[in-house]
Amino acid sequence: MTGLLEIRGARRSFATPEGGRIAALDGVDLDVGANEFVTLLGPSGCGKTTLLRSISGFEALDAGVIRLDGRDIGALPPFRRPVNTVFQSYALFGHMSVARNVGYALEVGGVARAERERAVTEALDKVGLAGFGARRPSQLSGGQRQRVALARAIIGRPRILLLDEPLSALDRNLRQQMQLELKTLQHNLGIAFVFVTHDQEEALTMSDRIVVMRAGRIEQQGSPRDIFRHPRTRFVAEFIGETNLFDVTVDRLEGEVAIGRTAEGLELRLPGAGLTVGRRATAVLRPADFRLAEAGLPVTITRSVYLGQDLNLFATPAPGGPEIRVTARDAADAPEVGARVHLAYDAAAVHLLEGA
Amino acid sequence: MARRRDRLVLAALLTPVTLFLGVFFLVPLLTIAVFSFLTPGLYGGVEWAFYHWNYGRIFGWADGIMEVFEPVYLRILGRSLSFAAVTVLLCLILCYPVAFWVSRLPERWRLVFLFLITLPFFSSLIVRLYAWLLILKPSGLLNEMLLGIGLIGAPLEILYTPTAVVLGMVYVMVPFMFLPLFAAVDNLDRSLIEASYDLGATRFQTFRKVILPQTLPGIVGGSVIVFIPSVGNFIVPDVLGGAKGLMAGNLVEQQFLSARNWPFGAALSMLIMSVVLIVLVTFVTRLRPKEG
Repeated sequence: MTGLLEIRGARRSFATPEGGRIAALDGVDLDVGANEFVTLLGPSGCGKTTLLRSISGFEALDAGVIRLDGRDIGALPPFRRPVNTVFQSYALFGHMSVARNVGYALEVGGVARAERERAVTEALDKVGLAGFGARRPSQLSGGQRQRVALARAIIGRPRILLLDEPLSALDRNLRQQMQLELKTLQHNLGIAFVFVTHDQEEALTMSDRIVVMRAGRIEQQGSPRDIFRHPRTRFVAEFIGETNLFDVTVDRLEGEVAIGRTAEGLELRLPGAGLTVGRRATAVLRPADFRLAEAGLPVTITRSVYLGQDLNLFATPAPGGPEIRVTARDAADAPEVGARVHLAYDAAAVHLLEGA
Repeated sequence: MARRRDRLVLAALLTPVTLFLGVFFLVPLLTIAVFSFLTPGLYGGVEWAFYHWNYGRIFGWADGIMEVFEPVYLRILGRSLSFAAVTVLLCLILCYPVAFWVSRLPERWRLVFLFLITLPFFSSLIVRLYAWLLILKPSGLLNEMLLGIGLIGAPLEILYTPTAVVLGMVYVMVPFMFLPLFAAVDNLDRSLIEASYDLGATRFQTFRKVILPQTLPGIVGGSVIVFIPSVGNFIVPDVLGGAKGLMAGNLVEQQFLSARNWPFGAALSMLIMSVVLIVLVTFVTRLRPKEG
């Protein structure tokens, strides 16, 4: 991975209405490699949009360095940065045709008309809007506008394409379709994408690397699988996907397996490597890590949510105890609410949070 | 069935405004149009006989005995049009940047400012124009101030000049320009400007290709609203323009009230109206956003 974008020690704070200051970026280091699909993921207010806007040049950093291809671009105005943005609201120019919208970067860049028209046709073709050039943005559907915004942003062949929650206004089916198309487009173009979202599913589907942000800092970054399977903090574990967290104290060691006990007295089998008796830890078990079985953790089903192919079950080991989320295949013999079942899981698959 | 009822409802809703405009707008307009082709009565009013010399006096087919061709009428009309155009331009230059500034103020200050803009409407126009008289006269506030700080050696002769008329018209018309402009500027989507910068457009390109076209409806609207009353305005030239500052509106006023030549006044009115219409239609159609 060659370093394309390099951000070091980025800081940016804003004045709050109450007169204080809030840090939107609190010392962020980020690298983006050429041709990499990086997703900035986090709840609203975590600083992901500020980080994106400091790459595009709409936010100046209070401190820190932004280098693109090794060149410091921190002082460049947005129109001199070789990056383009797909805005959340699309920000299409309503007084121009689709073709002129798409060709805008070339028009202001002084590219000759014939060359421009050829590039516009090609860009519209890439996003599946061939033949829509003469229309006005107001005559297009939301999904089509999205594609125009995309075509407009890629026509100038930016070094990095920045996408600011571009799919949030689309309905679910269209969103999933666009996720796949974006990934394909990114692969074909060979441009690095930096994608901002608060939707963990979106992040998991598309990214080469997910950067989880929280309160102006990077909480964890890694591949989608890495982030999902090996969250480093409670925040990441809870933000990415549904999860069960158990705060346990190691009670005893049984060979490869350690037995942890929660405050409620629930006993869990954990991977024993590196654990000593009396150590406190937080065990992460995804709903899909559990299987309904003949033997294992005895629980009572308290709630059952039908999801189509799957069932979302809530089960508790003892009345009033913690609720465990379990994903089970929907079948004729699926347990009813109130049924006593056993939950089995692979002790080696249990992930322990560091420093918990 | 339902469609028929919808039509009835629509007709019922449109009747009051149709009646009002029909009676109080169309009838007077038609009266003036008809009067302009009638013979002037001896002591005002009209005599019901066709008479085309009213227009002849303006355009040059006067009989030379009863009615004399005076090119001065067309000259005055031309001057009125150019004064109105200058007024529009000055109002635009004054208001456009301010509209951007106000649209970025915090909500509370914005309301204060919009209130201030409408404040002049709370007092009489005549009174406000006489205040200008006091400011502009040779021993007035402006000259005293400029003399006081030594910028000029002798009082400036501003009052009763075209400068004073344009100054007064701009003063009267600024709110009418500002409000539609502000509405357009305030509606401007900031993300469009960002998108333009993002795509590599400089500030000037962004202004020319995005900001200007996006706020064009406000510019056209404000210009039209300022231009029309400016052409026919007779109060401002009356108070600040003096005898030499005669404008088209003053001509009409004189014909009806002093000269008591109603048909000629009506002919002048029709002339002003048609010229204004032609200018506006040309202006609005020319400025409609072009597709490139």
